[in-house]
Amino acid sequence: MLSTYTYPRYAYRRPAELDAPDTLHHRPVVVIGAGPVGLAAAIDLAQHGVPVVLLDDDDTVSVGSRGLCYAKRTLEILDRLGCGQPVVDKGVTWNVGRTFFREAEVFHFNLQPEPDHCRPGMVNLQQYYLEQYLVERAMALPTLDLRWKHKVVAVTPLGAGQPSGADLPGADLPGATLPGAGSPGALIEVETADGRYTLQADWLVVADGARSPVRRQLGLDVEGKIFQDRFLIADVVMQAQMFPDGASERWFWFDPPFHPNQSVLLHREADNVWRIDFQLGWDADPDEEKKPERVIPRIQAMLGPDRDFLLEWVSVYTFQCRRMQQFRHGRILFAGDAAHQVSPFGARGANSGLQDTDNLAWKLKLVLDGLAPDTLMDSYSDERVAAADENLLNSTRSTDFITPKSAVSREFRNAVLTLAGEHAFARALVNSGRLSVPAHLTASALNTPDGAEFNSVMQPGAPVADAPVRQRVAADADGVGGEADSWTDGWLLSHTGGRFVLLLFADSPEALDVATLQALQPLASGRIPVHTVLICSQTDSPPAGTTPAGCTLLIDHQGAAARRFDGQPGTAYLLRPDQHVAARWRWLDAAAVADALARATGQAGPDRGPGLPGADATHPAAAAPAARPTPAHA
Amino acid sequence: MTPHLQTQANFGVPGQRYLNAYTPGDDFYEALIDSHRGLDDAQSQAVNARLILLLANHIGDLRVLHEALTAARQGAAVRPATTTTTATTATPISATATERQP
Repeated sequence: MLSTYTYPRYAYRRPAELDAPDTLHHRPVVVIGAGPVGLAAAIDLAQHGVPVVLLDDDDTVSVGSRGLCYAKRTLEILDRLGCGQPVVDKGVTWNVGRTFFREAEVFHFNLQPEPDHCRPGMVNLQQYYLEQYLVERAMALPTLDLRWKHKVVAVTPLGAGQPSGADLPGADLPGATLPGAGSPGALIEVETADGRYTLQADWLVVADGARSPVRRQLGLDVEGKIFQDRFLIADVVMQAQMFPDGASERWFWFDPPFHPNQSVLLHREADNVWRIDFQLGWDADPDEEKKPERVIPRIQAMLGPDRDFLLEWVSVYTFQCRRMQQFRHGRILFAGDAAHQVSPFGARGANSGLQDTDNLAWKLKLVLDGLAPDTLMDSYSDERVAAADENLLNSTRSTDFITPKSAVSREFRNAVLTLAGEHAFARALVNSGRLSVPAHLTASALNTPDGAEFNSVMQPGAPVADAPVRQRVAADADGVGGEADSWTDGWLLSHTGGRFVLLLFADSPEALDVATLQALQPLASGRIPVHTVLICSQTDSPPAGTTPAGCTLLIDHQGAAARRFDGQPGTAYLLRPDQHVAARWRWLDAAAVADALARATGQAGPDRGPGLPGADATHPAAAAPAARPTPAHA
Repeated sequence: MTPHLQTQANFGVPGQRYLNAYTPGDDFYEALIDSHRGLDDAQSQAVNARLILLLANHIGDLRVLHEALTAARQGAAVRPATTTTTATTATPISATATERQP
């Protein structure tokens, strides 16, 4: 088959550990699996200055046709990891999705997010490109030790003194008697072409994919169901424009004439590659269906006889919807497909995996530095389990709609589709995949509940919405020259993330009262520093007054930040390093910020536990029109 | 004549807001399919008939019900039989796109 992509080969290096077999090789963090999730975890930790060893048994990127659609939140996370721009540049941005039933289009939708966000709703890009960009970034980080062709053959948890590790099978295995076994963590036995060595890690992040050899070896359960259906993926190379005016769209067919009684999905990828996904049914023979003499006629039937194409990749897959009961086991943290798997409808696989690591990295950094208790890592599991359940719910519903399992279910599905052309309510019920959206961690114990009314969905636990801002460009880097600073267009999100940030809304720096200035002062120098970003409604450049020392000044020149956050003068938001809201207030109170910071870092006082309203969907406190779009399909 | 039948998306619990507009509709659809779980075709038909009668009485307004009955029958009447079209008669997809405003 043709290949539009040349797989890089990354060099294996003989590990220094082999030269000192009798020494204990200790590392603070080891990550297993250099797929998108393991790479993101390692990059994020390394950006925090944590020394990380990343192990992978292969020496290249993901082979073949796998992850494809990357959602806005993923692009924002990739921006923070230094890989967002190449993904957007190389990828295919699409907004229009069309749904067909039998011969006709029944409706189309537009994912176009509301204007004034830096990143689009969805970008399609072959997984190998995403991994390549992440690898390039990883290799540029000094504290990231990326080891190709290093195969993990055994993991032994070291549970001593760790109550959360007591449930681990293997805690009493022979490995536990090795040197260093007294401290919690894990022993990782690694095989290379030159021999075996063992690392002792304080923390182990497992991102070794859906089949997760480590999860299996540890005997940890993953519960859920297998869907009894098979799907054929064909990636084809085609120069011709498929869509009107060369647009990039997503087309989905229910029961089309060229593939009766089944569904078909068409996506555009980079390099003139097109992804076609045929539902085959459970009885299909996967080996037969993969043969070009079976695949090519299917595609010709779909595209018509006159379109030239070449096969790039063919595979037949099934999928499961399931998750581990918890993602933390002692000092071992599971992320991505190793922890949870969903159907591909809705693009909730890699997209949720990157949100896992986004959640994990800053917490682990604080724990490693002794700035937060070990129990903060429990919140990683709690928050991402809740998010996984939301993804499982939505992807299972999509699957049930796309592949009805009974006659009556099919009848209802077809009834919805026949009503959808004419009636808006039925269009809303057509479920060919609900686009991955970031989890609103509204039930998290790390949140400080609102003490005032807000007219915004940016409630505690919500991912922060982007907004266009104007930002200062210093006239001279050393800050001594007499020239005036200039101002340029930028984005709010790029000023958040990676550390705790306080967003403070004000007319101008001049309008800040003494009490507010005093409250700001200790934030930057606390044990866990909080950086203040002042968002000014006054659109003069520069706004009146002197910016308090150490603060970032942004001008909300379009008023978008004020609208999205219901930001009135005095309104303050405390944002976590993963750009989720921890707390918000109508006026700044240093003690309240310190309290919320303690809670967000797992240092909650008495009487503070979960018990906030449930995670899905209802927000009686937020009474305004939604500040974010609600795109319906992926 | 102003229609009486509500055909805009209308699922939800009064007073509740949803982060994603599709959630309440999906909640209902899942409950609907679940209500048929484990039933044979005859039992499912009976459930559907009973459901229609329960909902029709709840609606009560005969103007709404007449419009609903008409809309339901119209769609079913133009609906094609299960297609067995073969590859050779398939329309190239670029020709099947008909713009229809959602």
